[in-house]
Amino acid sequence: MSIDAQKDTILEFKSSTFSVPVLVLVSNDMIAIEQQLKEKIHLAPEFFKNSPLVLDVQELNKNELDINVTKLIGTIRALGLLPIGIRKGSTEQNLQALKLGVPVHTSHHVTVVAPEQKQQPPQPAPAPVISESAVPAPTTMITHPVRSGQRIYAVGDLVILAQVSAGAEIMAEGNIHVYGSLRGRALAGVQGNTEARIFCSDLQAELISIAGNYKISEDLNGTVLHQPVQIYLQNHTLVIKDI
Amino acid sequence: MARIIVVTSGKGGVGKTTTSAAIAMGLAKKGHKTAVIDFDVGLRNLDLIMGCERRVVYDFVNVINGEATLNQALIRDKNCNLLYILPASQTRDKDALSQEGVGKILDELKKDFKYIVCDSPAGIEKGAHLAMYFADDAFIVTNPEVSSVRDSDRMLGILSSKSRRAEQNEEPIREYLLLSRYAPDRVKLGEMLSVDDVQEILSLHLLGVIPESKSVLNASNSGMPVILDEKSDAGQAYADIVARYLGEERPHRFIDEKKGLFGMFFGGK
Ligand SMILES: Nc1ncnc2c1ncn2[C@@H]1O[C@H](COP(=O)(O)OP(=O)(O)O)[C@@H](O)[C@H]1O
Ligand SMILES: [Mg+2]
Repeated sequence: MSIDAQKDTILEFKSSTFSVPVLVLVSNDMIAIEQQLKEKIHLAPEFFKNSPLVLDVQELNKNELDINVTKLIGTIRALGLLPIGIRKGSTEQNLQALKLGVPVHTSHHVTVVAPEQKQQPPQPAPAPVISESAVPAPTTMITHPVRSGQRIYAVGDLVILAQVSAGAEIMAEGNIHVYGSLRGRALAGVQGNTEARIFCSDLQAELISIAGNYKISEDLNGTVLHQPVQIYLQNHTLVIKDI
Repeated sequence: MARIIVVTSGKGGVGKTTTSAAIAMGLAKKGHKTAVIDFDVGLRNLDLIMGCERRVVYDFVNVINGEATLNQALIRDKNCNLLYILPASQTRDKDALSQEGVGKILDELKKDFKYIVCDSPAGIEKGAHLAMYFADDAFIVTNPEVSSVRDSDRMLGILSSKSRRAEQNEEPIREYLLLSRYAPDRVKLGEMLSVDDVQEILSLHLLGVIPESKSVLNASNSGMPVILDEKSDAGQAYADIVARYLGEERPHRFIDEKKGLFGMFFGGK
């Protein structure tokens, strides 16, 4: 069987929607930006490693705070993140971004349509379409056990359909559900969401935390251990209730 | 299709090499052409357990470096002509192994062998990583104590995220639990974890329980994998394990205390 390069199509353009973190900036203080990004990355290094990112400079431009986009992109890349777009930038900012290979996303929905019978793929490749409604963060679903030494970070809710071993660490900006034994560390609301909750079907955790308020295993009394429970915050105190 | 089995644990001294030798021999005895590779570069004791230490001329590292061919380095077992041993080097350090080199050798072995058993060194560093990286199946050897179980759990995490299958998003490595050096009387005294305790912590498919047994030491002193000692409890445990791995159903043994003669007459259940 031979492939006739003239006849058989070996590539195709498709339109699809991605959910990508958007970095919304409210200050143009480069030093503070770098510092705060470093802190966020430190919380979940695996999650942020080579993570794509869209820059949103709307707030800055609304408040007439100018920012050097070339510098900003350099800083972000140096931290191991991969900017793949800028939105709400000024003409000059957009040009700076494009020069560094970062595409510009206009405010309305962009759809990349497959060009008809193009001879060569365009350079650079078409940008992924960023869904404007990426706001409610997606749920992360894990179906296998989380073992000792493993870490999981979820931007939204985290659902685990297996056990979490002692020595494992699961973190979510939203709620955490564990349908199995929870023996490791579970941290919900890690970006400060005090409404976040932890649900598990068998509590044996080394540590539980909601928005930075935590308890270690020694603090867990016998009535909740090995029980199906929910954990939430009430007046800055963790409440553990059976369910 | 050839299958690569890694025998691993995280912890040292739990019975990986004993197990590698036994199951490699068991698979070969069942008629499958099998190779067993010693990944413990610098220590080298698989060849002692297999009783072929005096026939080692070339080793794993020589083959990786192109100083010998695979055929020159493979040693045919003296008891079973379907079994071959690729010994580790005693004189090099662990850095002599590279992922690319190991991958090449395994690819070559896969053309000719049905099963390739990789005896992993202890730890989670380079040697253990290379031993598990290309695996299709993992035999997790665990002793019934907390630190060993914890290390096994850790190794399971590495298998499910750092192996070739994980990196290439293929069907995950099949994981099996081998609970070794099990002593029911000590479990009863609360000095050891029970099978159920370990199963609950690891939630893993139990392939078999190998009892603590003097026959293991006798076997290694005489350079014969313990599975060849068909009368011994450990030998039978390994024979069961090989049979179960090949799809046979066999009830688990060696979990309860031995009854002894007195128990057999008067003990009832
Ligand atoms: N089932 C067993 N009963 C008694 N001793 C055992 C058993 N399995 C292993 N051993 C002994 O434990 C020691 C370590 O075994 P080995 O197979 O070399 O472990 P590893 O390769 O994991 O370091 C050896 O001295 C061996 O004889
Ligand atoms: Mg060993």
